[in-house]
Amino acid sequence: MSSASNVTDAAIATAFAAIPALLDRTPALVARGRFLDCECLVGPIDHPFHTTIRAGRIVDLTPALVLMRSWRFSYRASPSAWAEYWRATPRPGFHDLLALTKRGDATLEGDLHPFMTHLQYFKDVLALPRHHFAGAGT
Amino acid sequence: MNGAIEPMVGRYIHVDIGGEMHRIYFEENGTGIPLVCLHTAGSDGRQWRHLLADEEFAKSFRIIAFDMPWHGKSNPPANWDGSEYQLTTARYTETIRAFCRTLKLDKPVVMGCSIGGRIVLNLAIDHADEFRGLIGLEAADFQAPWYDTAWLNRPDVHGGEVCAALVSGLIAPQSPAAARTETLWAYKQGGPGVFKGDLYFYRVDGDLRGRVGKIDTKVCKLFLLTGEYDFSCTPEDTKRTAAAIGGASVTIMEQLGHFPMSENPEQFRRYISSVLGEILEQST
Repeated sequence: MSSASNVTDAAIATAFAAIPALLDRTPALVARGRFLDCECLVGPIDHPFHTTIRAGRIVDLTPALVLMRSWRFSYRASPSAWAEYWRATPRPGFHDLLALTKRGDATLEGDLHPFMTHLQYFKDVLALPRHHFAGAGT
Repeated sequence: MNGAIEPMVGRYIHVDIGGEMHRIYFEENGTGIPLVCLHTAGSDGRQWRHLLADEEFAKSFRIIAFDMPWHGKSNPPANWDGSEYQLTTARYTETIRAFCRTLKLDKPVVMGCSIGGRIVLNLAIDHADEFRGLIGLEAADFQAPWYDTAWLNRPDVHGGEVCAALVSGLIAPQSPAAARTETLWAYKQGGPGVFKGDLYFYRVDGDLRGRVGKIDTKVCKLFLLTGEYDFSCTPEDTKRTAAAIGGASVTIMEQLGHFPMSENPEQFRRYISSVLGEILEQST
């Protein structure tokens, strides 16, 4: 089992880069986001991604910060928190996006309306690496 | 199994709560010690269906689960004018006592989860001699808020979807998918503003810090059980609460979250069985 505290930023970035394709292969999840068009900032605290969502699909994922690009909300967590969240069976306190914010390992900022109208969608999209993340233990 | 009929029976009882008549729906099964079960905020008595159908428990307990007014099949009272629903400590306490009184229950055991766990503490503080035993699931005198309840009832956010999505993270990852879905379904079905109104009790009116020290467990035994995956009422919240109460029993339940009786009934049974056994032993 890998230690979540030793996870590299590169491993987290690689996992994030894979999310758009994983989402495309999950049509039921895309369908839940069918009314969602949104620019948001998600990822590791220091190296998040500008994420563009159109009709539930991620059509662009670009490392931040892009000069003067806007976003409506951001959800950023420490690399170790992402690694914990992506464990096959996450430990208590690391098993939910809002568990991470409550414990102070993630921050949620900006205009939260698109996040809250699609809360389960975002929880599930950001959990997509769970069974693919190379650094995830059991 | 095709054609199987479950043993619990549902009926309505008319209950005077604070001078207003309420038509309260309840289900029951079994004979023996009355065991009244309280659902979580924003849900209803269906959460207890596995306990209600438990053949072994039903041999010694009259298991009863009722829907709070505004919840499940208990409508708002007939004179409700549509004003904002807000559950208070006094109102919640009176509802439970009135229900038990009207059903003529003799020193029942009350088991509540989440807000039901919190109100069990208030019953232990102020009315312990009316009860044979009190069981608080996911119970604490206070817990730190982790979201703004204003999101739960506004016209530009689907109430059912957001309520269910918020509490989905409180379910342990080990819980079976069907039980998880069923637990969340009740949240998707709640009336507008009801979950938010319940949380008025939880967040604003029902802070029991500084009061739980008055609980005398020699008058009425108190059992507190909390799931390890509950980040709303954390195991630490429950342990802190119990530390202020002499003689309270504390159990941290593995592989369970905020909805133990509905999210993983089999796992919950492993824990509640010994509690009910202890109550039964002391009652015979």
